Amino acid sequence: MSGTRVPAGDTAVLSVQHLSKSYAQLRAVNDVSFQIARREIVGLLGPNGAGKTTIINTILGVLAPTGGVIRIGIFDVARQRAAALARANFAAVYATLPGNLTVRENLRFFGLIYSVRGLTKRIELLLEQFELTTLADTKCGVLSSGEQTRVALAKALLNAPELLLLDEPTASLDPSAAQTIRGHIRALAQQGDCGILWTSHNMYEVEEVCDRVLFLSRGKLLLQGNPQRLPHEHGVRNLEELFIRLAREPLMQRESAPR
Amino acid sequence: MNVRPIAGVVLRQCYLIRGSPVRVLPMFAWVAIDIVLWGFITRYLDSVSAAGINFVSTLLGAVLLWDLFTRIMQGITTAFLEDVWSRNFLNLFATPLRISEYVTGLVLTSLATSTAGLITMLLLATLLFGLSYFALGVLLLPLLLVLTCFGIALGILASAMVLRLGPASEWLVWPLPALLSPFACVFYPLSVLPHWMQAVAYALPPAYVFEGMRAVLAGRAPATAPLVYAVILALAYIAAAAYGFSHVYRYAVRSGLLARYSAESVS
Repeated sequence: MSGTRVPAGDTAVLSVQHLSKSYAQLRAVNDVSFQIARREIVGLLGPNGAGKTTIINTILGVLAPTGGVIRIGIFDVARQRAAALARANFAAVYATLPGNLTVRENLRFFGLIYSVRGLTKRIELLLEQFELTTLADTKCGVLSSGEQTRVALAKALLNAPELLLLDEPTASLDPSAAQTIRGHIRALAQQGDCGILWTSHNMYEVEEVCDRVLFLSRGKLLLQGNPQRLPHEHGVRNLEELFIRLAREPLMQRESAPR
Repeated sequence: MNVRPIAGVVLRQCYLIRGSPVRVLPMFAWVAIDIVLWGFITRYLDSVSAAGINFVSTLLGAVLLWDLFTRIMQGITTAFLEDVWSRNFLNLFATPLRISEYVTGLVLTSLATSTAGLITMLLLATLLFGLSYFALGVLLLPLLLVLTCFGIALGILASAMVLRLGPASEWLVWPLPALLSPFACVFYPLSVLPHWMQAVAYALPPAYVFEGMRAVLAGRAPATAPLVYAVILALAYIAAAAYGFSHVYRYAVRSGLLARYSAESVS
């Protein structure tokens, strides 16, 4: 299934074409294609083991695909890795920043890795934006999970990325903190030139934040569309019901069904 | 290569050292203990042996050079393991950082910490036991160069082993210098080894260093050709180790090993 095309004249910040990843007998990702435009938030949904993190890892260049092409802007991740990844960043619930460095030290370290210009000012701005100023000299390892998430998001915005990958960014946050973070990210997409790929198991959050969702099951992209309209188009009440139906539906039945 | 990412890798290690006395102490303590221990052993041997043999120069000098090599190797490995221990691979390798920049950062960190250790050893050996490295003259520079290069090569190789075999394999890499020491002829001439061990020794740059050191201290003229060969051999080992690390990294990206290093519970 091909992803929605980005309007002519507007370069996609992410273009994934016919992406596949196999491990021996297992096809973790099977011919997945999609694009993300500037200022667009795309939700990548699917049950555990669907291949969401595999897709994110291939985009980040830490996992080589078996087939297909991934471009961040105009740069091919496989052939122009450094140029492509300089335009992207990510935050993931399973990739916390080193706990033995303070918040400021971590931001300075990653800022240098991304060759950020005006780094000191950028760090101060992000500390303020994510309400981390009072925690700047605290070691990340002793922060609460919510505070660690805010640090990870600050790090993810250090290089003002064109593509932001967020793997369950609000998984460990209380509802109030999660709402604040969603507001930050929504504002980032609306005001900046950033495209965002977001994975979450919280369908309420996905409906609130995402412009478009992609449903993935057993490595295949099953369907995509507007998260508000998609449930009604498939005869269910909301996104959560649609998720459950797709997750439980055998793949063969889904493939043979008319679209 | 871009300088800023390399500076980032070095700065991270500086932050870790600055923030932790546990990391500062081993830079000085173990080498100081080695020098003091071997200093008294050599002083005792000097007092009971026949005149003409200077154990301080031969044995204590050898200990100092071998410790420098070990520190350089372990400096690189420890800096790499900091990223393993803090589960930082995904954060680190999902950036524009190139492998050459990362490894260069690790090497520079190790050279800085090893230099601190070398200065400590030189001060202790000179002030407490009267060891004079001026006896080696300009020969000291190629000796240090060979051991530094081979230490870098072994450090990169050890890091590649940990990347390929997993975090638990750090227990395999710590004893590597001890494994090589019988072949490196640190304390005895190469001629005392059996033939098969001599063949191995000729393939290891440190063996030429310690042979050269003993020749000069015994009053013989230093042989230039073996030292030039040792420098070339050590540089070749660095090239091979860097290729090995790069090869293991590509395998880790292809197989999913790198991603799993951080995200064992992928969804």
